[in-house]
Amino acid sequence: MPLSSRHLLGLQGVPKEDIQLILDTALTFREVLERPIKKVPTLQGKTIVNLFYESSTRTRISFELAEKRLSADAINFSVSGSSVSKGETFKDTIKNIEAMKVDMVVVRHAAAGTPLFLTKISNANIINAGDGIHEHPTQALLDMYSIREKFGKIAGLKVCIVGDIAHSRVALSNIFGLITMGAKVSVCGPSTMIPKYIEDLGVQVIYNIDEAIQENDILNVLRIQLERKAREYFPSIREYAKYFGIDRARLEKNKKSIVIMHPGPINRGVELSSDIADGEHQIILQQVTNGVAVRMAVLYLLGTVN
Amino acid sequence: MKGKSKIVDSEGLDRIITRMSHEILEHNKGSKNLVLIGMRTRGEFLAKRIWNKIKEIENVELPIGVLDVTLYRDDFRKRLKQPEVSVSNITFDINDKNVILVDDVLYTGRTVRSALNALMDFGRPASIQLCILVDRGHRELPIRAEYVGKNIPTSQNEEIKVKMTEVDNEDAIFLIDINNE
Repeated sequence: MPLSSRHLLGLQGVPKEDIQLILDTALTFREVLERPIKKVPTLQGKTIVNLFYESSTRTRISFELAEKRLSADAINFSVSGSSVSKGETFKDTIKNIEAMKVDMVVVRHAAAGTPLFLTKISNANIINAGDGIHEHPTQALLDMYSIREKFGKIAGLKVCIVGDIAHSRVALSNIFGLITMGAKVSVCGPSTMIPKYIEDLGVQVIYNIDEAIQENDILNVLRIQLERKAREYFPSIREYAKYFGIDRARLEKNKKSIVIMHPGPINRGVELSSDIADGEHQIILQQVTNGVAVRMAVLYLLGTVN
Repeated sequence: MKGKSKIVDSEGLDRIITRMSHEILEHNKGSKNLVLIGMRTRGEFLAKRIWNKIKEIENVELPIGVLDVTLYRDDFRKRLKQPEVSVSNITFDINDKNVILVDDVLYTGRTVRSALNALMDFGRPASIQLCILVDRGHRELPIRAEYVGKNIPTSQNEEIKVKMTEVDNEDAIFLIDINNE
């Protein structure tokens, strides 16, 4: 039973069975990653282009590793040093890359909807690796995989996403995915960073971080995106850290046990204090390891059906 | 039932497994350095039964593992249905071991080919010996089994169905005529 779509553009509207299939398949690849030879010949002969119009370390390396471990040929494209700086349009760039016979495209772009646009002008399988403030589906999938690995289930768990909800594609994908899988989702952050109609998606809004800690099993703490002018939404970074930053004192004051997740890169001392970022509550590096397995699963499921 | 005949019943299956276990021990002059690896799904249970027999005979507990070869298959491009992958579980070192690779039916040999590739990614065994419950012929690759439970010559229109109580409700081997079922 293949996935119901030949692209992965987002988690909005993706059926539960598909998410379940990706997470189950990722378990197989997690086992491959533990072997002495971490490579299988499954996507031999497939060519995959990583089209990154925005900077990325984790996601790009993770996708590239996933591709190489499935024996696909991976090509990296980044804007600097490409013909984009000579003024070529996006569509022309894609058409030219496609003329070189590629099977799959992994795309990250600052404009929401870029992956959808790609599906209309290309025959390749398209995977969204982050489009503007829209979605980042593989991040949410690896978050859900990590939750399932830690708790053995997703349904019924209470997950709070903390930070800049309005400008976060990680938040949106997590909300769609987690609700589909039956988790109880809430968001927490300064009111300027909570979108107006977010409750319509079925999430609860909490404005007080202490309350969020008390009421949830998991906090998925987002990065304050200083490069996206996050500073305009609160008076100072110090104030954000004071009211929404998570440190040991705050956790101890509120609660017995909680799991802390973070999609990286961490602003230490802003959303997470260093002792929490390295402490016993967090599963941040497991998330990174699982990311490779989940991306292998997505590439396998999309790349092996005709 | 027309088009479906039982070739081996549960006592017969047990006798075959007993004989094959003895052959494995005879060929390898005992159980030293042996490991058993079953191929999902029925090879896994077959390997477990051989493991039990060898335990009865020699009083040793051999290392036993499970291999899933889905990721190594060569028929992704031809198949319409996407095979479901599951997890291999080999927790011991196979370097310099004599590996007994166990599966239920040997047909074209392509699954065994995938298994050989998969095993090489786990290490470099001293030898790999193939143990098969039913050899039905029609090989497409130069592959041969050391231990064969039963040779059943078949036509391409027939199918061999091995049933094992672990996953089915009985122990038996059936020959099924696809056209007549």
